[in-house]
Amino acid sequence: MAGSKPTERRRAGLFDIRVIIAGLLGVYGVILVLTGLLGTDNDVDNATNINLLGGGLMIVVSVAFFLWARIRPIVVPAEAEAGEERGASEA
Amino acid sequence: MVLAAESQLRLDANWVDYLLVAIYFAVVLGIGLMARRSVSTSLDFFLSGRSLPAWVTGLAFIAANLGAVEIMGMSANGAQFGIPTVHYFWVGAVPAMLFLGIVMMPFYYGSKVRSVPEFMRRRFGTGAHLVNALSFAIAQLLIAGINLFLLAKIVNILLGLNLYVSLVVAAIVVLSYITLGGLSAAIYNEVLQFFVIVAALLPLTLVGLHKVGGYGGLKDKITSAGDGPAQLSSWPGTNLTGIESEVLSVIGIVFGLGFVLSFGYWTTNFVEVQRAMASSSISAAQRSPIIGSFPKMFVPFLVIFPGMIAAVAVSEVADAKASADPNFDYNNSLLYLIRDLLPNGMLGIAIAGLLASFMAGMAANVSAFNTVFSYDLWETYVVKDRTDDYYLRVGRIATVGATVVAIGTALFAQNYQNIMNYLQTLFGFFNAPLFATFILGMFWKRMSATAGWAGLVSGTAGAVLVAVLSEDALGPMSIGVIGLAGQGASFVAAGVAFVVDIVVSIVVTMVTPPRVESELRGLVWSLTPKEDFHDADEGRLAWYQQPTKLATISGVMVVALNIIFW
Repeated sequence: MAGSKPTERRRAGLFDIRVIIAGLLGVYGVILVLTGLLGTDNDVDNATNINLLGGGLMIVVSVAFFLWARIRPIVVPAEAEAGEERGASEA
Repeated sequence: MVLAAESQLRLDANWVDYLLVAIYFAVVLGIGLMARRSVSTSLDFFLSGRSLPAWVTGLAFIAANLGAVEIMGMSANGAQFGIPTVHYFWVGAVPAMLFLGIVMMPFYYGSKVRSVPEFMRRRFGTGAHLVNALSFAIAQLLIAGINLFLLAKIVNILLGLNLYVSLVVAAIVVLSYITLGGLSAAIYNEVLQFFVIVAALLPLTLVGLHKVGGYGGLKDKITSAGDGPAQLSSWPGTNLTGIESEVLSVIGIVFGLGFVLSFGYWTTNFVEVQRAMASSSISAAQRSPIIGSFPKMFVPFLVIFPGMIAAVAVSEVADAKASADPNFDYNNSLLYLIRDLLPNGMLGIAIAGLLASFMAGMAANVSAFNTVFSYDLWETYVVKDRTDDYYLRVGRIATVGATVVAIGTALFAQNYQNIMNYLQTLFGFFNAPLFATFILGMFWKRMSATAGWAGLVSGTAGAVLVAVLSEDALGPMSIGVIGLAGQGASFVAAGVAFVVDIVVSIVVTMVTPPRVESELRGLVWSLTPKEDFHDADEGRLAWYQQPTKLATISGVMVVALNIIFW
């Protein structure tokens, strides 16, 4: 699921914070878009359908994070047994 | 009055909103569980094994500060004072963050200390260390309790959940993810919280601006409500400082807020510095606060603007402002705006974001507390020379202890909220002279150990004295001998602390013996080989990874923002 599988290690992939951000924002985005399409209960001033708009934006950000994690996966240095998160992307 | 206001704030949340909040809690706990697998030494637990990439620590750096107290407090200031509130960000935060990254972080990271108080101990010995470690640890417990209380209160007001139930549930959530995953879990959740809070506040701001007719419409409405010029330009900010003279107000903002208060807070507060210390190299540690400064300079648009919009678009806030109602609690401005503008769905994101930022604030306090307690108090003074496993266990137990104390503090805060406010102000005074002692100690090798603690104690005493003499800084304990009130009083108190600290440190150094120079490598600029302050591979960094270049860009941008909103 995480996509980043640096050969011998499976741990770093799922616990990449970028994947978690992508996952949460993605789920939020889908729920909001659905809510935006189906309408809501409370009677706030709905000039703009902010659920649809905000949800769509979250999906875009989610995809961006997922792609980033996919394109620049975390490289786990061979000697680092416990300290696993060496971000190849930035650090 | 208060009750009426609270029942008006009950949000119309439905199952979609609760679902969104529940998903957030599940992810938070999941992060704790996953982070647990990467904790095998105390360094993993307390400093994430010094292995996190700079963008993560950079976001955590500002997210740890972007607690709900900050979000609601700054939108309250925005509602009450308008644009001048930006000084808390562009003058009162960004310059100090850049200074921390460029000048001070090499000392913290290069000397391999595990906490800010530990640096104090290596540089000045036991006296200064005890003053610093104890005041910091106690202050963190206090603030964690306040965060917890406010969280429970918000949940109670917004959703109608019982105060005690929400208090205990929130404490257990924070406790479980920190005990399991240590600083990594805290930092990961802070980064996540940052995105959720932006996902909540950005739509709120945009919808709000749309409702009042864009920024032009907002300006027109604020102007027609009166007091337009003061509310719409950042300088001289007399309404914010409470200082009547324009010149003195500018001086107060630049030196009091921009220099003394903000440098004291951002460069020595271990809650912040700990995030940068968790980075993977010196240059990454330097980059954390600098990377953090970029989102930090745009946070005002997400917190101050909603406050300003609430002040013209929400009838309760606008009425209170027009009639100058002294009983109105501006801290609720943001909540009113959320109530009026967000539909179910987005509402859930906003609730999740607020809860997240309260919990992240408390988690930041607790994770900084357990490090200082374990390394600086327990290992240094109580039980020395045990295995690393032992101190990891101490850290976990300290976390449980801190949470229990925080619950107690929260219950106390419920009954004696004023006392808590004054205590918080009081602990703020321990921060004020720290920067003076650190900066003097880092660049003046002669400065003696005695000067370290003497400067801190007398600087703090100076600030407390000013607060007592002022009109209201410490509530009923202030006697009003000097005509200073509100923010102006705390600017002056901090300034006095700084000057007294410097003067006392210099005088005491003259009459006490200096430290042995060979012990000060890594702690004092002139006694440290320059390669200690740089990574071996620094020459190979891309331009966007070089701290000085990034800081220059950030500096130019913040000056530009200042000019735009002049």
